[in-house]
Amino acid sequence: MRKFDTKVQHLKYKVLREVARLAWEDKLLENIMDIPAKLAPGKEATMRCCVYKERAILGERVKIAMGGDKDNPNIIEVIDIACDECPVGGYEVTNACRGCLAHRCEDVCRFGAITFDHNHVAHIDKSKCKECGACAKVCPYTAIVGRKRPCQNACKVKAISMNDDKAAKIDNSKCIQCGACVYQCPFGAIMDKSFMVNAIDILKKSERNTRGGSYKVYAVVAPSISSQFSYAKLGQVVTGLKMLGFHDVIEAALGADMVAMAEAKELSEKGLLTSSCCPAFVRYIKSAFPKLVEHISHNMSPMAVLAKYIKETTPNAKVIFIGPCTAKKAEAQLEEVKPYVDTVLTFEELQALFDSRDLDISSLEEGVLDNASYFGRIFARSGGLTDAAAQAMKEQNIDFEIKPVVCDGIEACRMALLKLNKGILDGNFIEGMACIGGCIGGAGCLTHGEKSKADVDKYGREAFEKTIGDAVSILK
Amino acid sequence: MLKITVCIGSSCHIKGSRQVVEQLQYLISKNELSDKVELGGTFCMGKCQMGVCVTVNDSFYSVTPDSVEEFFTKEVLTRV
Repeated sequence: MRKFDTKVQHLKYKVLREVARLAWEDKLLENIMDIPAKLAPGKEATMRCCVYKERAILGERVKIAMGGDKDNPNIIEVIDIACDECPVGGYEVTNACRGCLAHRCEDVCRFGAITFDHNHVAHIDKSKCKECGACAKVCPYTAIVGRKRPCQNACKVKAISMNDDKAAKIDNSKCIQCGACVYQCPFGAIMDKSFMVNAIDILKKSERNTRGGSYKVYAVVAPSISSQFSYAKLGQVVTGLKMLGFHDVIEAALGADMVAMAEAKELSEKGLLTSSCCPAFVRYIKSAFPKLVEHISHNMSPMAVLAKYIKETTPNAKVIFIGPCTAKKAEAQLEEVKPYVDTVLTFEELQALFDSRDLDISSLEEGVLDNASYFGRIFARSGGLTDAAAQAMKEQNIDFEIKPVVCDGIEACRMALLKLNKGILDGNFIEGMACIGGCIGGAGCLTHGEKSKADVDKYGREAFEKTIGDAVSILK
Repeated sequence: MLKITVCIGSSCHIKGSRQVVEQLQYLISKNELSDKVELGGTFCMGKCQMGVCVTVNDSFYSVTPDSVEEFFTKEVLTRV
């Protein structure tokens, strides 16, 4: 059974696994330099021009697996030497150009960048071309193609450019840390910083792993986990987490139930709201639409709300959030969230943690995970938050007509925010998720696919509690 | 002040911790004990086999939705 979508993820995973192994054994500092040669042994290169470059890049991956560059506040980092400096040069005329007579490309170009040779074949003058793409759209032969770097293509907030050495460069003021570029770069040259070593340290010193340990560690897992670890059962993942040293595993979806109740109230009071569950969406509003900040829901995210509850009811608890999201790593560092969430892991990192302890989760007994309602659970996919908010209105007898604008992917979010900015939005509630499909499309997922949404809905229907009210009533 | 804590972890939850919490809330208000008894929840007490797990101050009890009233009479009312 395949564990990852791509070989790049697998490579990243192997580094994480080796780092984790050494961290559990307290041998990281002595053996850290041996990891690259262990993963790229011998003299023959298998990935790059020579084995020494491979090892140098692996060395950089090890650094990021251990928390990365402390001077760079961004969770997302470029490994300069791993960047292939892809020589892709924007719009180009391919040999599909028939040298036709219509010359629509020339007519539509507002910059006079298109010329023709003696065969009527089009050429683009790069010094005049503004990369608008109009010519590509009108060519009857689709002979003009826009070639962009995969990272730039993935980055819908346009935070990626090239530095003087032609390596990718991230503009931290624009970057929303969604991780789209991390998942898309075919060379694995962009990575999310990992705090896995912190997580191991927290787990090692806890009650479960150390005699005399003074605290318990709680795993708060995102509902998108239902679409992950498909080679095992969810109950086995729960058992695996406890074997790593977590005292208990709790659904972040219970936090989502809490948020749904509060969000419904806030929406009915303010009359217009943008959701605050997705940290990348919130950051996008703050950086690109500062005028709209007042409309952002004041609720903390499900992760933060639930972590706060755990810390308030259990003295000395530590909370580690496990999810599909790179932006959550940044959210956990915000002043208002920091006291509640000790660190954040992705599903990729969890897989590495399991394997670093040689835990074959598919052979474990099944544990139980059941804290939230159907509605809390479906937050993991686009539209779920809106359904939950509408349900919470009903359950709380709030008389308010919710007119949702459900956006997944930052481009859809951008369209809705542009309309809201101009006062022409047909709706009163923007559900914004930076990833396509919602959290199930997150960059920290092991696998992404068509089935993910169905997996989440199925998991939702299996919830013990059928209403949001019942799920949260236990918390009072 | 008597502190009753009910486990709301997954395992106890599906054994009925919500019903236990709801009944305790009802019994506390019926007996006008809300200033003498504090009811709270916590995740997993580590004795999942014995759920629904409940503690009164530091003593441990195994309670089911059917035995809440008996538990309340025996262990709570006698101590307030």
